[in-house]
Amino acid sequence: MTELITPVAPAPPGGPAEPVPAAERRDRGLVRRLLRPGLVVAIAVVSVALLWAFVPGWFTGHDPITGVPAQNLRPPGADHWFGTDHLGRDLFARVVHGSALSLQAALIAVLIGLLAGSTIGLLSGFAGGAVDDVLMRVVDVLLAIPGLLLSLAVVTVLGFGTVNVAVAVGVASVATFARVMRGEVLRVRQATYIEAAFASGVRWTGVLRRHVLPNSAGPVVVLAALEFGQAILAVSALSFLGFGAAPPAPEWGSLISEGRNHLATSWWLTTLPGLVVIAVVLATSRISRALGGDGSTTW
Amino acid sequence: MVSLDASPPVLDVRDLRVSYRGRGRVVEAVRGVSLRVDPGEVVALVGESGSGKSTTAHAVLGLLPPGGTVDGGRVHIAGQDVTGWPDRRLRAVRGLRAGLVPQDPTVSLNPVRRVGHQVAEALRAHGLADRRTAAARSVELLDEVGLPDPATRARQYPHELSGGMRQRVLIAIALACRPDLVIADEPTSGLDVTVQKHVLDQFDRLTGERGAAVLFVTHDLGVAADRARRIVVMRHGVIVEDGPAAQVLGTPRHDYTRRLIAAAPSLTSARLRPRAAHATPSPPLVVARDLVKEFRLPAGRRLRAVDGVSFEIARGTTFALVGESGSGKSTTARLVARLTTPGAGTLEFDGQDLGRLRGPAVRRLRARLQLVYQNPYGSLDPRLAVEDVVAEPLTAFGAGSRAERRARVAELLDLVALPAGTARRRPPELSGGQRQRVAIARAVALRPDLLILDEPVSALDVSVQAQILQLLAGLQSDLGLTYLFISHDLAVVRQVSDIVGVMRHGRLVETGTADQVFTAPRHEYTAELLDAIPGRTHR
Repeated sequence: MTELITPVAPAPPGGPAEPVPAAERRDRGLVRRLLRPGLVVAIAVVSVALLWAFVPGWFTGHDPITGVPAQNLRPPGADHWFGTDHLGRDLFARVVHGSALSLQAALIAVLIGLLAGSTIGLLSGFAGGAVDDVLMRVVDVLLAIPGLLLSLAVVTVLGFGTVNVAVAVGVASVATFARVMRGEVLRVRQATYIEAAFASGVRWTGVLRRHVLPNSAGPVVVLAALEFGQAILAVSALSFLGFGAAPPAPEWGSLISEGRNHLATSWWLTTLPGLVVIAVVLATSRISRALGGDGSTTW
Repeated sequence: MVSLDASPPVLDVRDLRVSYRGRGRVVEAVRGVSLRVDPGEVVALVGESGSGKSTTAHAVLGLLPPGGTVDGGRVHIAGQDVTGWPDRRLRAVRGLRAGLVPQDPTVSLNPVRRVGHQVAEALRAHGLADRRTAAARSVELLDEVGLPDPATRARQYPHELSGGMRQRVLIAIALACRPDLVIADEPTSGLDVTVQKHVLDQFDRLTGERGAAVLFVTHDLGVAADRARRIVVMRHGVIVEDGPAAQVLGTPRHDYTRRLIAAAPSLTSARLRPRAAHATPSPPLVVARDLVKEFRLPAGRRLRAVDGVSFEIARGTTFALVGESGSGKSTTARLVARLTTPGAGTLEFDGQDLGRLRGPAVRRLRARLQLVYQNPYGSLDPRLAVEDVVAEPLTAFGAGSRAERRARVAELLDLVALPAGTARRRPPELSGGQRQRVAIARAVALRPDLLILDEPVSALDVSVQAQILQLLAGLQSDLGLTYLFISHDLAVVRQVSDIVGVMRHGRLVETGTADQVFTAPRHEYTAELLDAIPGRTHR
């Protein structure tokens, strides 16, 4: 029995007397969950990274492309927070300016994965039968190939460039999105309200749009936040391998790659951009957990 | 309590207060309940959901869920003050002095342990048997609670037993140590009436033989009337009435008790609506002939869910299909709703052969034939506002402009007696009864001819149930609707139906007018069903 229900006043005439959970209670819980320190830090990290991408001038006065050769390979200090590289360029400026390319690429990758993946999953789960079988076998093949290898193959076909790298990473994540979406659709498809909608005379496109999609989108959105972090990593990895942005343009992966040449003497060239990538990836993962409604995380 | 010569009560609860804490809120579930159960006495604790009856029962045994705390009061079990005892000490009392028969037999047994082991566990936990004797004793116990072939059953797992058998196993566990007090928390609410009757008869006999006192927690006044000597009525965490069963039911003092009795379908037989006049000789709305529906089971077997069912439904009348779970009544409803197609037989709706309709024609049919589901928690999309839910069929058929649809929704909400403010709320914010009203509003939105009601009130509390039945009766006369009413509850069916069909194992064993079926049943199964309705001994 439901003892957790508040007693309420007697029934209004004609209306049933049963308690109604207050909407304000849910809001208060949400506020409290948003104030968890880990989540606050995560949101701050991602916000800063986004601000870097849109208004880099707010954060650094140094030029990311042309350096001062006399000041090359300086360690981190008050003038150059992240130090300078072998051409005397300010590394912090390069990281700040590089976030635009990196985040843009990650965003494109996630959007491709999200749109293509959830469309496949939606159709597959809703139609069932032969459609489901064919689509899911294609997805199985995609899943069988390691993600980075698949991205490498795609980017080799498409050619170099940030957008191509993004497309390649996106294609590799289609399968995961499709799987998650299909699972959710299969669950929602069982619900009585879906049958009730059909019984009300709603066409299948309407049922899909009004009932199935909104009720199954939740976990996919969570996955998108998680995949955003993964995409940053994958884009950086491909740039590191030299498929990404052409040299003078800063990009997180290529920054780390360039730093390798001076690893023995100048640790900051690889370490600091690497830490930035890690921080952003961890932050997106924490946000994704919050989106997933994980109330058990206490930090 | 004060006199020393009389034996002390087995359960004495004084001014018990229990609250639940969660999300910064405190809910007082039990607010000062005093209750005593004398040795050998059967006391029923009756109330609707949220009344605090189960909380009281669990608090007595120290089995409150997380978040629940006892704020005050004293609990004596068999003369011993167990108030505030730590869990470890209470464990010696639970099972040995006071047994519990939990609510839901499907989840109350460990699915990966054989049932015999689970009965033996109760004995061994209190040191009443060792490994070898416990096994033999548990088979005896299973035999006593009426399980056929107990030695085999003891070696089976819970999923291999039916709901009634599992409930018997739980009773065996509760009675294993011969406790002085058995607390039964809604022990049969998930069972079919005939099974319920058998299980409760056995339970009564066993507790009677052992002289155990019983605290029987139930929402069903009928069951309480049949089984208990004393009835305690709870509402909103307090006891509103406490007295001998005959007095509480015959001359209730409290207004709420009076309302509960009036709402309990098994205790009243008044019809909600005058019988439909058969004066207008129009062709029947639905004609079913020899319907058959088979389902394929694994290993190539087939289940005949509906087996040669024929009936007619006259316009403006209510045809009720009654049966226990697995009788095929819901499948029949789905056949009529054209949600599934019959394997054989014909089904006519207003002269059209439903079996031959395809594609767009089926969709057009939906406008004239609507469904209300059993579970209002599942049949409404939780993300849509109530106005969108109700407008759904209107939108689907492009009925009227946006403004006209909005007006129609307001009209419909008014028709089902929901306040206008409900329109913008979402189903999860509504109570069960309110949700079922929303579902009914959606179903009548297109002014259908036939409404298929699949157990429309079985998920609701009795007083809410009575309101919904009243609403349905009112709508039928106002809108001239024809109902196909599916229910397992004969008492409800008696209140609303004109013609009753009794189903068993996919066959329609008896069809007749409500009066004839209820007063002079022709089939022995119907008689058995009628006999199993709780509350008959009182009436």
